Amino acid sequence: MTDSISKKNLKLARSLLLVAVAMFGFGYALVPIYDVLCEWKWIERDRPDDIKKVSESAYKVDVNREITVEFLTVLNESTPMDFHAEVKQIKVHPGEYHTVNFYAENKTNKEMKSRAIASFSPALISKYFEKIECFCFSEQTFKARETKKMPMRFVINPEIPEQYKTITLSYTFFDNTERSVNN
Amino acid sequence: MSAAEDAHDHHDDHHHDHGPEKGLLRWIITTNHKDIGTLYLLFALTMFFVGGAMAMVIRAELFEPGLQFVDPAFFNSMTTMHALVMVFGAVMPAFVGLANWQIPLMIGATDMALPRMNNMSFWMLVAGVLLLASTLFMEGGAPNGGWTLYPPLVLQPITVGKALPFAIFSVHLLGISSIMGAINIIATIFNMRAPAMKLMDMPLFVWTWLITAFLLIAVMPVFAGAVTMLLTDKFFHTSFFNAAGGGDPVLYEHIFWFFGHPEVYIMILPTFGVASTIIPVFARKPLFGYASMVWATASIAFLSFIVWAHHMFTVGMPIAGELYFMYATMIIAVPTGVKVFNWTATMWKGAMTFETPMLFSIAFVVLFTLGGFTGLMMSIAPSDFQYHDTYFIVAHFHYTLVPASVFILMAAGYFWLPKWTGNMYNEKIGQLHFWLSVISVNILFFPQHFLGLAGMPRRIPDYAVQFADWNMISSVGGFIFGASQLLFLYIVIDTIRGGTGEKVSDEVWEDASKHSLEWTLPTPLPYHTWTTPPASVPTEHVLDSH
Repeated sequence: MTDSISKKNLKLARSLLLVAVAMFGFGYALVPIYDVLCEWKWIERDRPDDIKKVSESAYKVDVNREITVEFLTVLNESTPMDFHAEVKQIKVHPGEYHTVNFYAENKTNKEMKSRAIASFSPALISKYFEKIECFCFSEQTFKARETKKMPMRFVINPEIPEQYKTITLSYTFFDNTERSVNN
Repeated sequence: MSAAEDAHDHHDDHHHDHGPEKGLLRWIITTNHKDIGTLYLLFALTMFFVGGAMAMVIRAELFEPGLQFVDPAFFNSMTTMHALVMVFGAVMPAFVGLANWQIPLMIGATDMALPRMNNMSFWMLVAGVLLLASTLFMEGGAPNGGWTLYPPLVLQPITVGKALPFAIFSVHLLGISSIMGAINIIATIFNMRAPAMKLMDMPLFVWTWLITAFLLIAVMPVFAGAVTMLLTDKFFHTSFFNAAGGGDPVLYEHIFWFFGHPEVYIMILPTFGVASTIIPVFARKPLFGYASMVWATASIAFLSFIVWAHHMFTVGMPIAGELYFMYATMIIAVPTGVKVFNWTATMWKGAMTFETPMLFSIAFVVLFTLGGFTGLMMSIAPSDFQYHDTYFIVAHFHYTLVPASVFILMAAGYFWLPKWTGNMYNEKIGQLHFWLSVISVNILFFPQHFLGLAGMPRRIPDYAVQFADWNMISSVGGFIFGASQLLFLYIVIDTIRGGTGEKVSDEVWEDASKHSLEWTLPTPLPYHTWTTPPASVPTEHVLDSH
């Protein structure tokens, strides 16, 4: 192999290595890109800033329709809490405002930071289910043995397609004390 | 580099035709592309049997409903490890081995561009695979959350044991090894070609590997990044994929499949290259549509980057997303169809003979097309909801990997071993191996389509009784297929040790030297070839594009 080809090889190898390193960075860049795509609604995901600040007279109540909203309360793995909703399900008219209270108790003698994540079934109705007030997605601090009453106020947009008769809303509480950035 | 040159010059003063080092050390310190190619191929063959043994455990457990031989966690380790070993230990290294042997021979180069890095990438591969295999002996067992390593499952105590960080570091090593291999291949093809060979004169095997190497450099680092995020989520309290900390497990699926979809083409594009090399020789015609083959390969590679979410239709995407990924996926059928028609047209009215490499190549064309059709079925987003995570997808990707990539790797073995060793393989046993393989591979995988359509989920050690019959048939096919591969092992060893004893000509196959450069070299190949580059290159294979 002549020296000039050796030099060319090393030069090419170096630039290709740079491409590989850049692609490693691109993998990490996908994390913020994903957040942006979620914000643009290219990917469905609920976030705390989804809380709507609309006036409570924005929608006309559609008394001809009734939708059942079910509430599931789940604890992830062995999160040491008690967590339940005041009702298992309610029937609502689209356009009507309701508040449902959720209760969560820290069963340990230590301060706990935890976070509830919501999820809908069917998933595609999430854009019609508008929350005015919610405890979900943001981190909550529970003092030792503290019980919190957490209201969730919502309205179902009357534009929701006819075929949806039942909506299931599930909340999962995660214990985030160890990995919290607010410690 | 120049220090090495000096050492070589000095060495050459004593004996001009310097051959390999003596003894075992030769294989550890070698920088010769043929030696490293041999190491890669033998390593891949070994891993093929290791991964195959795991598949036998899976098929034995699924022979009947109920739990017979292994506990469910170990069964899941077997499915996970079978996939990782076959993908990263067998198929990918086998193609790198072929690239090492063939690319310098086919383009008239003395060796790979960066021979010492070549040695390093091989030994890093060995280290990576050993690290992965070591997890089998760890407390809690090998990873068992599936080869895709999806969080949150893979991060939960029941699926990780102590093995996860080892598996992740192993992925890092394997990634670095393949990236170095890819860099080497690109540098070799761009800088080391005989001056007479233009890019559009290159054999398709070289073309497909050039494109594959770019895919490797683009996506292996992304995978390394994704598993690093898993690692920091598990041990350093980051929350990339952890919902509690504001992350999202679905993000992992997006990153993984951004790597994963190009990865499946990394395993199939060189397959296309070998098929395009073998079929013209036995059809005794130039390859039909050389230029369209090159462009089809490049388009498939490009499309592979923009279709990833068809692996996760069921995860919850807006309708527009489902539609986009559905249509984009379907478009891949166009360049792939171009290839299949080109192979068929190459055989059309050819003076065909059916030696073992050709038989495997024809079986590849037929059975790969079948695997492609089931792929098209699953590209239809609404029907994919039924196929998702069932045995239908298992049948699909095994059709595109076993009677495609694996068959073509074996075809390549039969095709080039006589050239490399100077010994002819036993054609009778070769044909027996082919027929046993092609029949049993269909008994093995075809019934899995029915199981999947009937709703049998993948990655389960036990199943509902209505799936019993087809599972038993599939297992029987699996055992025959597994046993038949011992014939291949026998043939490889026998050929290396002398084969039939028949004298092999330089061309080996009739008029092969019209198709590609390596057949103009003496048989068996000397340790160093193309010390002076060839003055002209065969253009038979590109005739119709000139």
